[in-house]
Amino acid sequence: MLAAAIALVAPLLFPQWVTQLAFLWLMVLFALTWDLLGGQMGYNSFGNVLFFGLGCYATAVVQRDSDLPYFASLAAGMGLSAIVALAAAALLGPLILGMRGQYFAIATLGVAVAAADLFAGWEFVGAGSGIVPEAYPGSIDERTRFFYYLLLALAAATFFTLRWLYSTRFGAVLNAIRDDEDKAEAMGVRTTRHKVFAWMIAALYLGLAGGPVAGLIGFVDPRELAFAGTTFGVWMVLMAMLGGKGTLWGPVIGAVVFHVTQELFWTWLLGWQRVALGLLIVLIVVFFPQGIMGWLREHRPQWFGETVDEQRAAEMPADTASAGDRHERAA
Amino acid sequence: MENLAILAEAPVFNLQLLVDGVLIGALFALAAYGMALVWGVLRIINIAQGEFVMLGGYVVVYAAAAGVPPLAAVPLAALALYVLGWLLYRGVIWRVVDQDLFVSILATFGLSIVLQQLANQLFGSNVRSVDAGLPTLQLFDGRVSVPGVKLLAFAAAVVLGIVLVLFLKRSRLGQAVRATAQNARAARILGIDTDRVYAATFALNAAICGAAGALVAMTWVIHPYLGLTYTVRAFMIVVVAGLGNLAGVIASGAGLGVAEQYAGFLLGAEFQAAFIFVLLVVILIARQLALRRRRLYLK
Repeated sequence: MLAAAIALVAPLLFPQWVTQLAFLWLMVLFALTWDLLGGQMGYNSFGNVLFFGLGCYATAVVQRDSDLPYFASLAAGMGLSAIVALAAAALLGPLILGMRGQYFAIATLGVAVAAADLFAGWEFVGAGSGIVPEAYPGSIDERTRFFYYLLLALAAATFFTLRWLYSTRFGAVLNAIRDDEDKAEAMGVRTTRHKVFAWMIAALYLGLAGGPVAGLIGFVDPRELAFAGTTFGVWMVLMAMLGGKGTLWGPVIGAVVFHVTQELFWTWLLGWQRVALGLLIVLIVVFFPQGIMGWLREHRPQWFGETVDEQRAAEMPADTASAGDRHERAA
Repeated sequence: MENLAILAEAPVFNLQLLVDGVLIGALFALAAYGMALVWGVLRIINIAQGEFVMLGGYVVVYAAAAGVPPLAAVPLAALALYVLGWLLYRGVIWRVVDQDLFVSILATFGLSIVLQQLANQLFGSNVRSVDAGLPTLQLFDGRVSVPGVKLLAFAAAVVLGIVLVLFLKRSRLGQAVRATAQNARAARILGIDTDRVYAATFALNAAICGAAGALVAMTWVIHPYLGLTYTVRAFMIVVVAGLGNLAGVIASGAGLGVAEQYAGFLLGAEFQAAFIFVLLVVILIARQLALRRRRLYLK
């Protein structure tokens, strides 16, 4: 409740940071939508940024080509963004979600980068020069504040939708797919349908977020903003992992920590910030894959409603499986 | 697509595209062979493969600037990248070897970002190239031109490939590598130090990519951001050819090279990169559908 109140009045408390805070909510949305597929369903996608980019472009094009007043065209644009993103997920889903593990990850990466290159060559959307969406009718501060609230609303909508979703049977099915997809399929669960539907939900929110970000930045670049695979695309994964894959609050915490870290890197390291972020990825993946929530769960299980029977824990033998065992099993 | 008419009217252009494609395809096949090696032995997918190629190219650029003849710089690049690969293994890779494949993808992706951005910071984002000073052959009345350096790169790639195959078949370390790939635990029981084998394999892969990159710098251009395209090309070739299949890797490499040349000619330069990634997705989807036909869902 307190967090919600702070979020609502933040633009008034920290006027010089409204843009960064708006991006914070975008990051939260990124992390949550990624985790829906990655953490809850076990399908690690490097290409979710595709839907975000489609959303950016759809809204910008509608704003450019329609004669509606600003807010109407923004709404229409976001509506088109949602439709385009949903359609993309519905079309690509059955084809790509059939792949397992590494092939799925690389295929989604390919889709996102292909989209970046395709849009960078498409004259209708401005090719490499991108699109400049319609200018906001008002001052820069008003624009930033408007989009701050819009992004906050979207992030909140994503959060509450997912919170509700994870408590339904659909959420349980997603977890079943993650834990053992073949058993789930054998049990009679229509895995493909659920997988595609989950991707469509992620796509919906990502697409909707595209429009506001385009309006906030004022310029849609195919490689740097819309289909930014090596920035947004990878950060999505990183934030969810940092906070704790497969939990509801994990991605939110991860997004906050990551965004703050990233802003600090930019301020202090400037040109080297991308190097530092790459290093951060490696460090988190190698040393901290369970994320903050995972770490907390290990060290403070009582916060999660779990109790540890100390006696039996001490009696259990340590895990002695050698690397060779695991290697052989994977062979 | 206007260029399609040119191809029909003057068939000689097809020959130019074919020759260019096969020559560059040999370099793709090298990178692919290295990736297959790492995939088969360490069971990881090295997303930083393209970055190794890129760095090999930069070694040659700076060696040439320092006065080293470009061709002599190729083994230098291989050596430098061998050291880098070994260091990366000892620093990062050994920790992700026995975890699931996604972790290795993410870790090597992080590495590729680090290497790419380091190169961008240290070397600048301009494209670089090195002139090896070899003549250009003109065939068919000058309508097909084959730069001598491309022929040399092709020959070097072939030689390197042969050396690799012989190394794996005949030398003790090569046999240890193959044994580890077949069954790591059994290899360890028989006394093979699998950790050293992993390090050697990863370093060897980096060296192969370094050599390929050195050749790329001489035949084409390099810049900090060409890593991902090479990684994707290598990955595609490995997926199409399969993990142990050298002939397949060579054929696929040549095929990919030719396909790319045609795509660049017909669709224009700006769509050539898009073509590579679209092709990747198409290949993976086709593979998925083919597996589904044979009801092999677990792959």
